Amino acid sequence: MSRMIAATGNEAIANAMRLANPDVCSAYPITPATEIMHIFSGYAANGEVSTEMLLAESEHSAMSACIGAAAAGGRVATATSSQGLALMWELLFIASGMRLPIVMGVCNRALSAPINIGCDHSDSMGARDCGWIQLYSENSQEAFDNMLQAFRIAEHMDVRLPIMVCLDGFITSHSIESMRWVDESAARAFVGGYQQSIPLLDIAKPASYGPLILSDMYMEYRKVHEQVMAKVPQIVSQIGAEYKGVSGRSYGLFESYRLEDAEVAIVVMSSAAGTTKDVIDRYREKGIRAGLLKPRLYRPFPYEEICRALQHLKAVAVLDRSDSFGASFGPLYLDIVASLCNQPQKPVIINKVFGLGGRDYMPDQAEQTLDELIRIAQGAPVTCAKEYIGVRG
Amino acid sequence: MRQRIYWSKGLNMLTPLNLKELSKQPELFAPGHRMCTGCGAPIVVRMVMMAAQYPLVVANATGCLEVSTSIAEYTSWKTPWIHNAFENAAATIAGVETMYRSLKKQGKINDEMRFIAFGGDGGTSDIGFQSLSGAMERGHDMTYICYDNGAYMNTGIQRSSATPFGADTTTCPVGSESQGKQQQRKDLTRIMAAHGIPYVAQASPSHWQDLMRKVRKALDIKGPKFINIISPCNRGWRTKTNDAIQLSRLAVETCYWPLFEIENGVTNITVTPREKKPLTEFLKPQGRFKHMFAPENAWMLEAAQQHVDACWDRLQREQTLFVQPGTSE
Repeated sequence: MSRMIAATGNEAIANAMRLANPDVCSAYPITPATEIMHIFSGYAANGEVSTEMLLAESEHSAMSACIGAAAAGGRVATATSSQGLALMWELLFIASGMRLPIVMGVCNRALSAPINIGCDHSDSMGARDCGWIQLYSENSQEAFDNMLQAFRIAEHMDVRLPIMVCLDGFITSHSIESMRWVDESAARAFVGGYQQSIPLLDIAKPASYGPLILSDMYMEYRKVHEQVMAKVPQIVSQIGAEYKGVSGRSYGLFESYRLEDAEVAIVVMSSAAGTTKDVIDRYREKGIRAGLLKPRLYRPFPYEEICRALQHLKAVAVLDRSDSFGASFGPLYLDIVASLCNQPQKPVIINKVFGLGGRDYMPDQAEQTLDELIRIAQGAPVTCAKEYIGVRG
Repeated sequence: MRQRIYWSKGLNMLTPLNLKELSKQPELFAPGHRMCTGCGAPIVVRMVMMAAQYPLVVANATGCLEVSTSIAEYTSWKTPWIHNAFENAAATIAGVETMYRSLKKQGKINDEMRFIAFGGDGGTSDIGFQSLSGAMERGHDMTYICYDNGAYMNTGIQRSSATPFGADTTTCPVGSESQGKQQQRKDLTRIMAAHGIPYVAQASPSHWQDLMRKVRKALDIKGPKFINIISPCNRGWRTKTNDAIQLSRLAVETCYWPLFEIENGVTNITVTPREKKPLTEFLKPQGRFKHMFAPENAWMLEAAQQHVDACWDRLQREQTLFVQPGTSE
């Protein structure tokens, strides 16, 4: 096993990209993801990767060029945040519709207005239905591990879809944490080579990418996309298990923490899961059967598996780090409820919106949520199905 | 594959630019597409593709050309072709070209090829302008070709920044309070020249040898190149379906659309009309300018003529600023 080191989330993403050695990287600066490209450009400038850099004049062009480069026939990676991801939105559908396995680091950051550079998940949640795979990372270690696995997942012959590896802006992207790299040659062997199935640059077999598909066939293409998405959880699990061989760490679709015998649980993604686990440990010491579920693969959402993991609970709080304005509940809550809605026996589920625009998530927020869940589990009525926590007024 | 054959002949074996020889070349742009009868764009595309003596990889902005040539499961493109979105043909081909450079450097690909993007005037000078400007500045080895029909024809003849002064379009219609487009068109060719790229040209399908020579020249120059080609649209211009070539010729002869090139900053007018015709000869056959011939709109004809005269005068003076390559003082 490689030795313990200290690295930020952005260093972790950049180092995973170095090990995957993409043929082209196309990106545009945006806080807090910019640093990924600073570090990676350094690798390119020093010949540590064979990557051609395309430093575009906008995220729109950065993703457009990623699409062109990936169609041409090679490995492509990029990174962005917030407004940058929002500007790419149109192209996200095109990248996935063309089945191009572009790998993108996303440092989660709030969306304007008001302009804000702090962490929340509004950016990638806004892109959750673009046909991309999404993995979320709790810390630098997971960001690195997810990024390495992302190339394998996206480029898997049964998948061939683009993938976002999300990490919390600043909280993870800029915090130095202890973590371990993977042995260089083992990592490179794990990621492996990549061959585009129908490269645009094959002039002997001219292909037409992005033709017009009218109503006679469009829906069939969409159905195929959904069918491919349905295969993803199994492949993510398989690659997550295989990863143990090179790193000693294995990954599933989500993390269950003290969940098996729990009565109440919090569902929360990314860095807030770490804080929550500490609080759960303290409640367990008091004899309270509390647990946590941390989704890792968010798109496609593993409904069946998550349903099985939560079904037995009495009360669940889903903590959303973004809101879905006008939908009444946050996006993660809606998915959790959907996964359980057809079960005869299911927990009471409440929704909390927290940590928007970089607002700190504090242990007392987890404590108050768990206290409320305990009361509900004991038969108290739900007084508020959804509320903002850690907020004034 | 004919491209390979031609490439293997080497550059000294170019097909001569005469109809007899060119007609023997298999075409890379197949018939059977759904472009309108009499449209200028497929004529322009055929000329460009026929001029090329290298294997081509083509990116196509959303627009008439893209939508009418790629209706699945058919395609008119016998060459690698990619359509991404409306405003990003330049960034897309830049990505393709960057991957080509990467793979070539790594020894994973050896074929020689050239990269072309096609966009209409809206996809080029409006919504795709930033993408184009960025790609030109970064110096990609690519040729961007704008087929300029002077409006958003695909979506129903809306004004673009390339729509000429006075034109009646669906979003600047002639009415009791307004007389068509009130602004002069954006001079995209000069804007591209201001990027300081090695080759910029303006061409017309009426002067096909000039057009094809410019394409050949562009494809032999390394770096970013831009060619703006006038492309009559009988639906939007409200003209007969058989006069696309005649109208593009009148555009040249009235100096509305001068034929020139700017190579490494040196301006060269490639076709000087024997006699500069009055602009009205270009405007008169087009329904979109009909209102300008009403007596109360005489000022519009005057303003349009003055603009053309000023631009032509400036172009001629620019040409005198430099010694032409191959000549001596």
